[in-house]
Amino acid sequence: MVETHSLQDMRQQAAVAAKVFLQRDYSNGTVCQFQSKFPSELETRIDKQQFEETMQTLNNLYAEAEKLGSQSYIEGCLACLTAYTVFLCMETHYEKVLKKIAKYIQEQNDKIYAPRGLLLTDPIERGLRVIEVTIFEDRSLTR
Amino acid sequence: MMKNCEYQQIDPRALSVLPQSAQNNTEKTVQRSRRKWEVFPGKNRFFCDGRIILPSQSGVLPLTLGLIVVTCGLFFAFDCPFLVKHLTVFIPVIGGALFVFVVFSLLRTSFTDPGILPRATPDEAADIEKQIDTSGSSTYRPPPRTKEILINQQVVKLKYCFTCKMFRPPRTSHCSLCDNCVERFDHHCPWVGNCVGKRNYRFFYSFIISLSFLTSFIFGCVITHITLRSQDGKSLVQSIQESPASVVELVICFFSIWSILGLSGFHTYLIASNLTTNEDIKGSWSSKRCAEESGNPYSYNSIITNCCATLCGPMPPSLIDRRGFLSLDEAIPAVSASEIELPPFTVKSDAHMCTQSTKDVLERMFHSYDVHGLCPPATPKTTPLDLEVSGPAAASSEPSLSAGCLPQDARQPVAPPCPPFSRSNKRRDSLHSINPAFRLASPSPSLSRTTFILGDAPDNGFIPLP
Repeated sequence: MVETHSLQDMRQQAAVAAKVFLQRDYSNGTVCQFQSKFPSELETRIDKQQFEETMQTLNNLYAEAEKLGSQSYIEGCLACLTAYTVFLCMETHYEKVLKKIAKYIQEQNDKIYAPRGLLLTDPIERGLRVIEVTIFEDRSLTR
Repeated sequence: MMKNCEYQQIDPRALSVLPQSAQNNTEKTVQRSRRKWEVFPGKNRFFCDGRIILPSQSGVLPLTLGLIVVTCGLFFAFDCPFLVKHLTVFIPVIGGALFVFVVFSLLRTSFTDPGILPRATPDEAADIEKQIDTSGSSTYRPPPRTKEILINQQVVKLKYCFTCKMFRPPRTSHCSLCDNCVERFDHHCPWVGNCVGKRNYRFFYSFIISLSFLTSFIFGCVITHITLRSQDGKSLVQSIQESPASVVELVICFFSIWSILGLSGFHTYLIASNLTTNEDIKGSWSSKRCAEESGNPYSYNSIITNCCATLCGPMPPSLIDRRGFLSLDEAIPAVSASEIELPPFTVKSDAHMCTQSTKDVLERMFHSYDVHGLCPPATPKTTPLDLEVSGPAAASSEPSLSAGCLPQDARQPVAPPCPPFSRSNKRRDSLHSINPAFRLASPSPSLSRTTFILGDAPDNGFIPLP
């Protein structure tokens, strides 16, 4: 009928069945946290505990990025004293943690989610609004 | 038939087939990779290949810069020589340092992304729509949607942004001048020529504080200068005549000091209570609404913590990823549009649940499509792909955007008519994945033109549901 297009190397001939969006959890204010409620669409695909563990780790990583601690204060004061030119040569703490998060998501996708036909999208690609979980069709059902 | 400026719900069924994740179409690799800033939907201009961002109207930023530079220039030229001779050499040094700091802070405030939130992708927007209970027809703009959440045990209402197609996070507001949702929106400052939001509030604050110091310093020095001159036995008038530039500086500084000092004081209060100008003006957390002394759920209830959190907190990254490259699937509709040949569209109508009227539109387009009219200045912006399939009428944006009928271009291909730099983005097309559900009404020819482009076959990467 229709020729499908390959998404990534590991997604040959897979079609997107659905997408689940995990919204932000604002109960603690504006810090970046995501709702870790297990979505019903994923029940058949992945173990609830596994999923919640991923979410918890992600939330912890974001909390670490936005933590108000001595490191962030020193960074802030140093930046102010140098008229914010220091950021031209240095990476902020937040950016470092974001890289860590990207690596973690990649790792989780490779090890856990891809084999189950799922794909986590790094929330930074969605403006830190949602975690998008793409559910691919079960390959045994595709033509 | 084509309803203008109307809000239309997104058909989730039509959207779900569009994969937003990276989908490489190797046939189109010859297409130059475009950066995301080139297709940014808000009213912003970008320079240096996306490194610098400005709103489309820079307000009175040139005036601000001009005033600062002129005043300091006069100060260094006319007052400093006298003061160095009679007082100390540190006067120009301090003045110079303050001047540099002020200009850096100002430029940093103006050219930094204030915390713009990228608009929701079509899938996201559809998902949100599904969750919203909407009943009734969509022949009129539905009432504003709100969602209530608990933040630190306090009820906060989140409003739905019709332009960005998402529920605004707390403390976020949509700036109509920049046409973007900005996080921790404080205000849009015309003097700085940019919104002041989460990411550039500290720069703005350092700007106004350092400017207060600078104006006070210059004011003081000029007064000292004139006083010292008149002490040598000359009258005040004579001293002024000898140094007329000082009067100019005095006048400028005198009028600036009142407003700048006032503004600094106001913002110091805001920072200490962890408020934004927006919230303060609206009285969101004023005591008459809440029983507790501080109804602000974001406050840490300690002045020092509030100050540190706002000014020295971690620097959040820019969420709009200006310099990232568009993945090829996002660039494809533009590529298809640039091609003259129009492959027959068969796939989508079978796979998707198209409405009958949409099929009519598509058929009409085959007959009336004009390839060369892709970049008309007055053509409203439309979103491509599946969104068009779901209905003939385009959705309207928020009324604040002049009833959604801004003169925006339809999607442009590689955009030869547009200059490489400082494009006014309202002339740029908005490719679907970045500007998903932002749909402006369009008269039928342009809409049909666009939907026709969208209809370009499997190249667009549609994967129909079986």
